[in-house]
Amino acid sequence: MADFGFSISKPQSIDTNDMDVGRLQALEAKVPSFKRCINCGACTATCSAGQFGSFNIRRIHNLYRWDQRKGLEKELQQCMLCGKCTLVCPRGVNLRYLIIRLRKALADNK
Amino acid sequence: MSSNFHPFVLPFTIGTLALFSVLILKYNKWIGKFDRQQKKLIRRNLFTGKLIPAVWEMINEGLFHKKVSRYNRRLGYMHRSIALGWFLLISVGFVETVFHFQGRGHAPWIGVFFRFFVRDNQTLSAWIFAQIMDLLLLYILSGVTMAVFKSIFSKTVGMRKTTRLKLFDTSLRYSLWSIFPLRLLSESATAALADNGGFLTQSLGNLMGERFAGVVELPLWTLYSIALGLFLCLLPFSRFSHIFTELMLIYFRKMGLREREKPTGFTRFELSACSRCGICIDNCPLDSELNITDIQPVYLIRDIRNRMPHRTATENCLMCNRCESDCPVGIQISEIRRQERDKKKLDTHDNYGYIEDVQSFNAIGRVIYFGGCMSHLTPGITESMKKIFDTVGQKYWMMDEERTICCGRPLLQQGFFNQAAELRRKNTQLIMESRSKTLVTSCPICYQSFRKEYNLPIKVVHHTEYIATMLRLGKLRLNRSELRLAYHDPCELGRGCGIYDEPREVLSALGQLLKLEQEYKNSLCCGYNLGNTVLELDQQLKVRDASLRNLTDAHPDFIATACPLCKKAFQHSTTQPIKDVAELVVENLR
Repeated sequence: MADFGFSISKPQSIDTNDMDVGRLQALEAKVPSFKRCINCGACTATCSAGQFGSFNIRRIHNLYRWDQRKGLEKELQQCMLCGKCTLVCPRGVNLRYLIIRLRKALADNK
Repeated sequence: MSSNFHPFVLPFTIGTLALFSVLILKYNKWIGKFDRQQKKLIRRNLFTGKLIPAVWEMINEGLFHKKVSRYNRRLGYMHRSIALGWFLLISVGFVETVFHFQGRGHAPWIGVFFRFFVRDNQTLSAWIFAQIMDLLLLYILSGVTMAVFKSIFSKTVGMRKTTRLKLFDTSLRYSLWSIFPLRLLSESATAALADNGGFLTQSLGNLMGERFAGVVELPLWTLYSIALGLFLCLLPFSRFSHIFTELMLIYFRKMGLREREKPTGFTRFELSACSRCGICIDNCPLDSELNITDIQPVYLIRDIRNRMPHRTATENCLMCNRCESDCPVGIQISEIRRQERDKKKLDTHDNYGYIEDVQSFNAIGRVIYFGGCMSHLTPGITESMKKIFDTVGQKYWMMDEERTICCGRPLLQQGFFNQAAELRRKNTQLIMESRSKTLVTSCPICYQSFRKEYNLPIKVVHHTEYIATMLRLGKLRLNRSELRLAYHDPCELGRGCGIYDEPREVLSALGQLLKLEQEYKNSLCCGYNLGNTVLELDQQLKVRDASLRNLTDAHPDFIATACPLCKKAFQHSTTQPIKDVAELVVENLR
């Protein structure tokens, strides 16, 4: 198939009954500013790692919000922690710390 | 009393023996933990001329406390009077003993309890010695008095705050403080009985009267010996271990030893050399602006040493190095903190497959320009640098024009050592393949990384250095105006790499550079330093405001800085425009 640089996403359903809200709450307790996130995607737009390929920080923290953790740990390891996302965030979310806490949480709760 | 022995000397003697055996055991263990490179340095440098400058520094720092004095004269006097005074008291006591016994054998403790054991000594030389010893004792006592005062009113010796001590340290401090008054009293008691005191002890002895002195003499000497013994016994386990460890540390440093990525025996020496003087608390922006009072190096080092939990202290720090530049012992605090940040299992391998296909560029005869991640958020800086390269006719290759591979320092600062090394490896490959001879970077974080962590065989310069060189060569000519400029020293450029003069040289060619209250190595962090991940935005802004106040107090027309991150931090927070040095240069090109 021709590569258009984008594709149609496969349908994805989330069973909210199965969701463990505790994980998100634990993360929000560590990084209170995460509650302010409006999913605008500024972090992804500026991301140094995102310029190279598929790395998408907005996708990652959004999936974690919905407790969809599969593959996230490996994906998040691509972050270079340069901090541009934190600087551009219009809501003042401390993304660098969020990423470190996320990585820790993902590594701990396999 | 002609005997050479009395049971009361035992606590002191045991204490001394315990002190030196414990110190030798500890040092031996730590030296065993040096890594291979450190051991090699020691083998190569042990018997070379390095000892002479080391001894000179030991005298200056260990006895005269030059750095403390430079920081604050009253504090310097306090430390010096106790250290130098006590050292001289021991040395003169030793000379006095040798002089008195003229080579006849005597017990080793005699020097310490000389007045007690040598009573019938009425020669002129003995009188002179007695006066000198009293003078020294008075000198020490003045320092101890200041120390007591400082513990209650820290401001009297010019410190904003003093270290909060734990019970063990506090009790040991009292035993140190009690040594000297006890010595004064016991010598006075003996002087009352034997007339062998100096101006101080004799007069105090005469006040005591013979009868009273006869009763208290022995108990006082015993207490003096116990205080000494207790202090010496516990010294290696307390902050006072700095007395000996600092001397070792100075020698090791002269031999070229430094902190490594992971903790080594050298780290143990550094930890043990901290005297908990608390100078690092004085200027910590987290303490002064945010009232966070438990993360300062003095507490971190204490907790690492005592194997206490210290996660918060490890993580919550801007790494602005303000404390390190003030530390009188010169402990590499940020390196130690970074070692503690080691993320261990989170620090994974093979994370950055996506950078592998980035290609280098044949840049022979060109300079490499590396803007850095942060400069991508301040395009004014990269545009200005391009303009400057064009003006001086220098061809360049902007290495991160479209896609930036981070220099790795932000990862390194957070304890991701493997991941940082992966990025360094790729960047090194790109730089080496380009075969350029010079790398110019706009971001002080990258600059410090390229200079200290990469070991590149080519020249690495910050853009302010580059512009300053071009000005000197006459390739850039600027219009000088009467603009009032305030320059903010970025932590990573100033304290980190020692670049203070080049940006100022450029700015002086543009306008009138204002003198600030806190500048050069005392500059205040903008609050956005990537060394910290824990602080929330509102806290960062408080740190920033303090830094900004320092700049705006001089009422400048422009605030200049040389770091994209500092520029970003200050932007839109004050009426004065914030400009990078490069931007100001381009605006005023002739």
